[in-house]
Amino acid sequence: MENLQQATPVVKSPRANGSRLQLFFTKLLHQKTLVFMSMPFVLWLFLFKYVPLWGWTISFQKFRPAKGLFDQEWVGWKNFHFLFSDDSFYRVLRNTIVMSSINLVLGFVTAIVLAILLNELRQIMFKRVVQTISYLPHFISWVVAANIISSALAPEGIVNILLTKMHLIDQPILWLGKGNYFWGILGASEVWKNVGWNTIIYLAAITTIDPSQYEAAEIDGANRLQRILHITLPGLKSVIVILLIMNLGNILESGFEPQYLLGNGMTVDYSENLDIFVLKYGMNMGNYSLATAAGMFKTVVSFIFLLSANSIAKRLGESRLF
Amino acid sequence: MKESSAKARYNSIPDKIFDISNIVFMLLVVTITLYPFLNMFALSFNDANDSIRGGIYAWPRMWTWDNYRYIFNEASIYHATLISALRTIIGTITSVFCTAMLAYTISRQEYVLRKFVTVIAIFTMYFSGGLIPGYLLIKELHMINSFWVYIIPGIIGVFNMIVIRSFIEGLPDGIMESAKIDGAGDFITFMRIVLPLTVPALATVSLFVAVYQWNSWFDVFLYNSSHLNLSTLQYELMKILQTSNTAASSTNAGDQFAAGQSGVTAVTPTSIRATMTIIASLPIIMVYPFLQKYFVKGMTVGGVKG
Repeated sequence: MENLQQATPVVKSPRANGSRLQLFFTKLLHQKTLVFMSMPFVLWLFLFKYVPLWGWTISFQKFRPAKGLFDQEWVGWKNFHFLFSDDSFYRVLRNTIVMSSINLVLGFVTAIVLAILLNELRQIMFKRVVQTISYLPHFISWVVAANIISSALAPEGIVNILLTKMHLIDQPILWLGKGNYFWGILGASEVWKNVGWNTIIYLAAITTIDPSQYEAAEIDGANRLQRILHITLPGLKSVIVILLIMNLGNILESGFEPQYLLGNGMTVDYSENLDIFVLKYGMNMGNYSLATAAGMFKTVVSFIFLLSANSIAKRLGESRLF
Repeated sequence: MKESSAKARYNSIPDKIFDISNIVFMLLVVTITLYPFLNMFALSFNDANDSIRGGIYAWPRMWTWDNYRYIFNEASIYHATLISALRTIIGTITSVFCTAMLAYTISRQEYVLRKFVTVIAIFTMYFSGGLIPGYLLIKELHMINSFWVYIIPGIIGVFNMIVIRSFIEGLPDGIMESAKIDGAGDFITFMRIVLPLTVPALATVSLFVAVYQWNSWFDVFLYNSSHLNLSTLQYELMKILQTSNTAASSTNAGDQFAAGQSGVTAVTPTSIRATMTIIASLPIIMVYPFLQKYFVKGMTVGGVKG
């Protein structure tokens, strides 16, 4: 209360200009409980989130773990030169972009379709049960999911059994052993794991559509499909546009766990993405500098993408949402 | 009224066809989602040697508890399950409490450092030092080979903080005002008034944190892989997955080898894998349906704000 009253009138007082700093500290003293409640975590944020940013300097050094953090040799942009002349880096970059694009497109289409179809279900109990079940794979770990997927795709797994029974294949296919299947398997796995979860936001958006629109369409003689195409989908348009743009900002985030857990020596040319590249160079080969350079490249490019996505979304949002 | 008009509206034949095919499609979705779990369940309760013959789909053929008995007699797996449970409980309580406290401070409009703290926190959502600098920091802090590396580096979740803050800001102002008039300080207000009123948001965030903690294996791999005492269930399962991926391309071959090696009563890699999969997913399956209405709300709030 006291603080609230202080906030506005003091600015008008003639002394205010000279003692703004003093005023700030007076207020701070009044709010010392809030300061005590938040400062430990601000320090935590600095230590665990901002200090590692300073660690980016490693990418301009020839980092040797045995030496102290301040006795390292500086090499300028050498690590980046090496990175951009490395063929495997471009392959990794290609894999990253292809996999996240597949995830983006498949993820969007399946979630929107499922959300619309769920919305069309008239049995409320049934709808609720389907929704609950569809959230399940999102909550289980990728380790469990990868176990499930690799046993389903094993030579004697259910996928091969079904395909054989339907006479689509003569003998079992080693799904996880061929590089050209990997992207498809990864996309399907992501859909299996997250499609239910991704419907949440669309279902919430559908509930904001004015029901009288459906009634009007009904009177005009629109059938079910026409109502979906001309009312539900346009109603979702703004959410779709915003989410799509925001996700374009994450194009270098293709995930780490599914590729790491489902990939193997036979598929490495297709499964290795930027995150695995960093892990491989950094932790397995001990080339901290090169790994940090690759990681820094990813974060900086992502940030630029995200900023532009954000501003595009804002511009579109102002002209289309309101 | 809405019901009756809906009934009249949807009774044409094409609509019925649409409804029925929609239901069939949904049943297909449910089957594809659930079948893999059912298959793992069946394998985990089926006699391991019998499973080698194949043909186990959604239900066990020869019921047995042997696989579970074997797993829990294996000291390392038993211990790993314990560590998983411990990090889930401690990690969730500390993280939710601290995140809620920080969220409370930045929800106070009068707090002079409000903007500063908010910006400092939100910036970290877009920028991170990445794997190697993070690893070196943990090493410098001597947190490698310790249990606390599971708890401390994740104690604040910025996304979760936003979810809780939005919820607190939605509470009626009068409640906190009257607490202040009664002489309650900020900490007392937070503990006695805000925390109890924020339960729906806290439930959502607790679920997210608990699931994250229970499912983690990468921090074990990165920081504690040389320290078996601190291994978790998911990490043990990850190691099994890796060996089965690299050792034999066909799991059956591995099974037959194992069975031949150790006589008739042995368990096989397939049944161990299935049993651990069920143990690793069971706590989640038992908890998340009851929190559904909370996390659906939390997601839409976070989605719009974030």
